[in-house]
Amino acid sequence: MILYDYILSPDAYKVRLLAALVGVKLELRAVDVHPGREHQSEPLRALNPAGSIPILIDGDLILTESAAMLVYLARRAAAEWLGGDDAVDAARVQQWLAFSRRLTEHLGGARATEMLLEPGDLPAMQRASTIDLRELEAALSERRILGQSHLAADRPTIADIACFPYVALAPDGGVSLDPYPSIRLWMRAIRMLPGFIEMPGIHRLHDLKPEPVSPAMPETV
Amino acid sequence: MTVRHQPMIDEWYPVALASQLPPGGRATQLMGTPVLVVADDPIRVVTDDGRDLPVTLRYGHVWTSLGQPAKQLFDIPEADQPGRRLIEVGVVRVRCSPLRAVENFLDIAHFPFVHTDILGAEPHTEVGKYDVEIREKEDEVWATKVQFYQPQAAKSATGGITTDYMYRVPAPTSSVLYKTCPARPGEWDVITLFVQPLQEDLCDVWPWMALFDDETATTDLIHFQQMIFLQDRSILENQIPRLLPLDPGREIPTRADLTSVAYRRWLKRHQFTYGAQLVAQ
Ligand SMILES: N[C@@H](CCC(=O)N[C@@H](CS)C(=O)NCC(=O)O)C(=O)O
Ligand SMILES: [Fe+2]
Repeated sequence: MILYDYILSPDAYKVRLLAALVGVKLELRAVDVHPGREHQSEPLRALNPAGSIPILIDGDLILTESAAMLVYLARRAAAEWLGGDDAVDAARVQQWLAFSRRLTEHLGGARATEMLLEPGDLPAMQRASTIDLRELEAALSERRILGQSHLAADRPTIADIACFPYVALAPDGGVSLDPYPSIRLWMRAIRMLPGFIEMPGIHRLHDLKPEPVSPAMPETV
Repeated sequence: MTVRHQPMIDEWYPVALASQLPPGGRATQLMGTPVLVVADDPIRVVTDDGRDLPVTLRYGHVWTSLGQPAKQLFDIPEADQPGRRLIEVGVVRVRCSPLRAVENFLDIAHFPFVHTDILGAEPHTEVGKYDVEIREKEDEVWATKVQFYQPQAAKSATGGITTDYMYRVPAPTSSVLYKTCPARPGEWDVITLFVQPLQEDLCDVWPWMALFDDETATTDLIHFQQMIFLQDRSILENQIPRLLPLDPGREIPTRADLTSVAYRRWLKRHQFTYGAQLVAQ
């Protein structure tokens, strides 16, 4: 499976993260998004007319939406990440996958504008982000009252993975996470998952990491 | 802007990547003053009231000054050395003091905690003794004989090595670091941080590199550096106080912070105080 990837792209990171969590090996192709704008080049537009990253290719299959990539990886390797299959659970997962598009647009837009100087209406995107985060906070608080730590089931699912990266990177776009205690606990639960990987701006939990094996310290001159 | 910032007004700053200048130019600011980088041939930089500022094209970037620089832009001789790849990393905006951005770049002690398993790893958190000086003739801050254990010192590194570093501050918001070159022992890789001060607590950061590495794709080299710098960004945006305190008594230096102490001393000596917080003695 080939992933056209960008180290700073939260949508690409979602796919790398789920692949790591379910043990799928991806062949990464780095795309010079910033500053090179390679994602908008002819060869990449031939794969994805939308000119966006990531793109997942497996044989004849070409996917250009990260939510679809999450479904594909989970269905291939670890169906428990799809959540339950009664009507409510299945719909709830879809609800959050669709919601994650809003996060890309609002939190992702604020981040691209604030951090990488892409054009955009920063205050409008920050206001829209706040509405998204309040909705997520309310949902997660409700889940916690029911004794659940995750969005769509009694275990982590692709719904959590789809929403996690842009939320965790909200401060990059000048949006604080201080007002959202349930979101912060949920993020911590995701960062605790075995096999969790980082991206720049999303750190691992240092306190939970096993002490690294110490290689012999090389001689110093 | 008050005249108290005159010494920094008279310095050179990066305001654009020459190769990425859009046809309509780049509207930006320098120390609170709006400027337009005009995509003419040659490239010009003008203020709102039509004043043409001095321009230097060097290290891939467009450099300008609001004042009258007494010296040419600092030299990086390695930039002209045959065989090096010159890598333009692009711009990243950071809500921090431009002086804080440089100071963080100089501080090696954060590597294991911020760049975990790349530029540092627990438990190798000890920074050994090294030399720091203000070189009077060059009027630059230098730290030499810095050594640090690194799991992945560069994109081209295949395992952990003890890396040698030298740090150099040739201008108030620019720093050059030299580090062990895995691909060519005996040479130094050059990694720079060119900081454009937008306001006292806001900057555009333009990393740039001159490396010996014939193997790694340019995109991978750019992404390695972007990964490193974005790991720093969230730290930089959360530093308190936001401005750099220029009283040595304010933040207790550890040995790892010797370069920072020299940097602050040098800033004070030159009254490079845009982005600094002057603490009453
Ligand atoms: N990459 C440069 C500097 C890049 C940068 O933004 N800051 C430091 C970390 S604060 C860094 O990137 N270190 C990278 C390295 O050691 O390879 C360096 O070599 O130190
Ligand atoms: Fe750093």
